[in-house]
Formats: sequence, C-alpha cells, structure tokens
Amino acid sequence: MAYSDKIRGTYQAQIKGIQDAGLFKQERFIHSPQAADIEVEFPAGAPLKKVINMCANNYLGLSSHPDVIKAAHEGLETRGYGMSSVRFICGTQDIHRELEQKLTEFLGTEDTLLFPSCMDANAGVFEAILTKDDVIISDRLVHASLVDGIRLCSAMHDTIKHSDMGHLEEKLQLHADKRFKLVVTDGVFSMDGDTAKLDEMAALCEKYDAMLLVDDSHSSGFIGKTGRGTHEKCGVVGKMDVITTTFGKALGGASGGCVSGRRELVELCRQRARPYLFSNTIAPVVVAGVLKVMDIISKSTERRDKLEKNAAYWRKGLTEAGFVLREGDTPIVPVMLFNAKLAQDVSLALYDEGIYAIGFFFPVVPQSQARIRTQISAGHEMHHLDKALAAFTKVGQKFDILGKTKQDIIAKYGM
Amino acid sequence: MADELKDIVLNYVTKEYLEDDSEPLTYETPLISGGIVDSFSMVSLKRFLENKYGIAIPDDEATPEAFDSVNKIVSLVQRFVAKKG
Ligand SMILES: Cc1ncc(COP(=O)(O)O)c(C=O)c1O
Repeated sequence: MAYSDKIRGTYQAQIKGIQDAGLFKQERFIHSPQAADIEVEFPAGAPLKKVINMCANNYLGLSSHPDVIKAAHEGLETRGYGMSSVRFICGTQDIHRELEQKLTEFLGTEDTLLFPSCMDANAGVFEAILTKDDVIISDRLVHASLVDGIRLCSAMHDTIKHSDMGHLEEKLQLHADKRFKLVVTDGVFSMDGDTAKLDEMAALCEKYDAMLLVDDSHSSGFIGKTGRGTHEKCGVVGKMDVITTTFGKALGGASGGCVSGRRELVELCRQRARPYLFSNTIAPVVVAGVLKVMDIISKSTERRDKLEKNAAYWRKGLTEAGFVLREGDTPIVPVMLFNAKLAQDVSLALYDEGIYAIGFFFPVVPQSQARIRTQISAGHEMHHLDKALAAFTKVGQKFDILGKTKQDIIAKYGM
Repeated sequence: MADELKDIVLNYVTKEYLEDDSEPLTYETPLISGGIVDSFSMVSLKRFLENKYGIAIPDDEATPEAFDSVNKIVSLVQRFVAKKG
C-alpha cells in the first residue's frame, strides 16, 4: 500500500486532462429494463425522466422480450444460477453444447465454441490458430477487441485502407511468402454502419489462398434475408473460415460470444484460447435466454424485417430533415457533427426533448469525426421514430446544421 | 541514390497511409508520433523496403523512432544497403 500523493496527483492530472479536452465520458443511470422507452436518472441525482432510447444495440428488441425472460427463468430453475468453473473443468452443461450446435447451424459453419464475451473470443482466437510464420491483414477500422487480440498473437500484422479491395490484393501479394494469411474484418462496422464487401474479400482470399475472419457482432440475427449475418447478405455462407460474434447485442443483449467456423480452428480454440481456458463459463440463465432467442429468430424473420423497415424510414427521415449521415443500409445511422463538443451539446439538447442518443468522439472515432450514432430497433414503433425525428429536427434547427455540408458545420463549430 | 530513395519512400507512405483529403507530407513530417502511421501498419513499409532493396532490417532496429519520418527511414535504409556492400 503505497498510493502516495505523487501517484494520486499524477492520475488526477490525467483525468483532468481528459475533462479539459472535452472527452470525459459520463454514465447515465437507467432504472428500467432495456427497451425503446426507458426511465433515466441524469445527471446523477436528477428525477427520473422517460425517454426514447435511440442508441442501444438492441436491434431485434429481444433484450426484454417476455419469451426470453421466461426461458431465462426456466434456465435459472432447472440449471441453477452459477457454475463456479471454467468450461473444461466442470463448467459445461448440456445447454452450453446445445447452444453451440444451434449457432453452428444458424451461421452455416462447421463448429462453434462459446466465450464469456466477443471481446474474449477476439482476444483468444488469433493466438490459438496462428504463429510467427503467419500474417494477419486487417481493415484499418476493425473493432478494438480485434486489434487487441491481434496484438496478443505472434503473427505479423498488416492493415489495409477501409474496404479497399485493391489494397487488400496488393497486401495478399506482398505477403505471399508467409505460411498462412488471415484476412480480418468487421461484418458491419459499428461506428459507421457500412458493410464489409465479404463477397469480394472471399474471392480474393480464394485466389491468394488466405483464410477469412469476420466479426459479425453488429450483424448476427438481422443482416441478410434470414438474419444469419453479413455472409448471408453477401452470398458467401459456407465460405467463412471464422465468424466471431456476440450475444450482447441483437441476440438478447445479455452477454457472451463465440468463435464459429472451420472444425479444426474451433477445436484449437477449445484447446488453447486463453479466455476460454481461464475465464468462467457463461451463466446457465444467459445460455437459456440465448437458446430462446435462437428459437425465435430461426422460426420467423418478422423481427428483422420490421427492423429493416424501421431503419429505412429513419434514414429517409433524417436525410429529408437535412442532416449529414454516413452512407449505409444497416440499422446503424450515424449523424455526423464532426466537432466533439457539438456532438455532446446536441446529445444534451436531444435529452431535453426526451431522446436518448449519445455523442461519440475521439478516441472512439477518429479526430474531427464526432457524431451521434443512432441505432434502430425492431422494438421501435412508428410513434417512437416520428417523435425522435421531430426532436432531431428541432435540435438541428437550434444548432443551425440542417441542410449544411460537412464544410459548413466545420466552419461554424470547428474540427 | 538519396534523393531518389527519399521520393520513393515519400510516395509509398503517401499512397499507403494517407486518405485522399489529407495534408501532403514533407520529408520531416512525424509519421508515427504524428499519428499518420500506426505502429502496426509500419510492417508493410518495412517489407516494401526490404523487398525493394534486398535488405533485412531486424526487428530491434525497426523501431517506431527509426521510422518516424521519411528522412529517418532513408538513413536507416542507406545504412543497411551500405552494410550489404
Ligand atoms: C465489432 C464488435 N466486436 C466485439 C464486441 C465486443 O462484444 P462483447 O460485448 O460480447 O465483448 C463489440 C461490442 O462493442 C463490437 O462492436
């Protein structure tokens, strides 16, 4: 115990630096289940306010679905609360394996292994299957958890410009002498809402004898005609070597993730991936909930169809109102504001209008690309979207950014 | 060779790392400490130079400091080319 004044002072200065730069993040306390309508305490101590949530990853609106809650209750009753063990000692129940099999079938792969989270799946997968004789070629905008996983692995790492297929081909040629090449991308990019060109990537990987890994955390359950993910949308189901994904977003939103893909790669994860070996198993109640989610989305595409309609309506509404959006056709619709302080001010003004949508800025997105990332859910009804559109329009008028270009907004508010 | 090498490196870095709307580079622009090239992406530059000049730059010499500007990269490459004889 030597937490001296010097040590404390150093950390206090760092925190102050974050505050002074306008980059300080503050939590808002939600007192209700996750849904389109939530009750929020913000700032801390303020009376509860009913607002519409426009920034959850609850794409399919299943986070508080009565059938999922009921299944979780049953899981709790029949399989208990905790397992107090990692998977390979005594932490694997019949329902863990059942969920792995359901996921394999749904994703169109050969086998699946559960992880405590997708962050853990991404942390473990690279080191388990690659060596220093291999190379990883990743898109420059992949999620932080992939970057961390790649760092933990001894393979050489190179990057390509975002979704630049010419650049990818050059890199596949440059690294032709490596034992194995693994190309890595997000399926849907979480900050921009655009989709990887998985069909072109799969073709290049075939041509240059490379493996392909996609993180489909923002796709699984709703992208593609039957919601299987980006590989379904791009017509390459069965061609993916590894898919990692989370249950913490569309698939019930509780927690957990998986590595799914070629049988041998999944088996090596089971033998070697450190977050699988050294972190506790997913709680039975969560597994039971995800099993119900898989059931619901395998039987009907109703929810993903509604989500698609909602997202198109929302994007059209914001475009007509005159906001600068990132192009795309997913439920992630980023409203570009460029300046970090403007993004925070707009977020606060929206909150006053009963809309919960958070500003994103550096380091979560690159400098000068601050934004409000809106995310649409099948849990939204038309009245939610219309109210939110009215609020965005009112706030957009207040800040005089409607119908303005990127250059106009930067000229007015700075980078 | 130095001038030609300078431009080869500058062109490569521009094409490989800069977005279309970025400020143009100079020979002295800090690349890694300036956030233009992240230390991961340095790999392709290193491989490009090794292949082009038939040299091998060991990992303990391929530091972020040694790659921090076009001029620094040029002196590094020249040192290894000279060693090769
Ligand atoms: C692309 C991507 N991968 C992985 C994760 C991490 O997932 P989890 O919350 O299951 O750790 C996220 C969540 O933020 C994500 O957006």
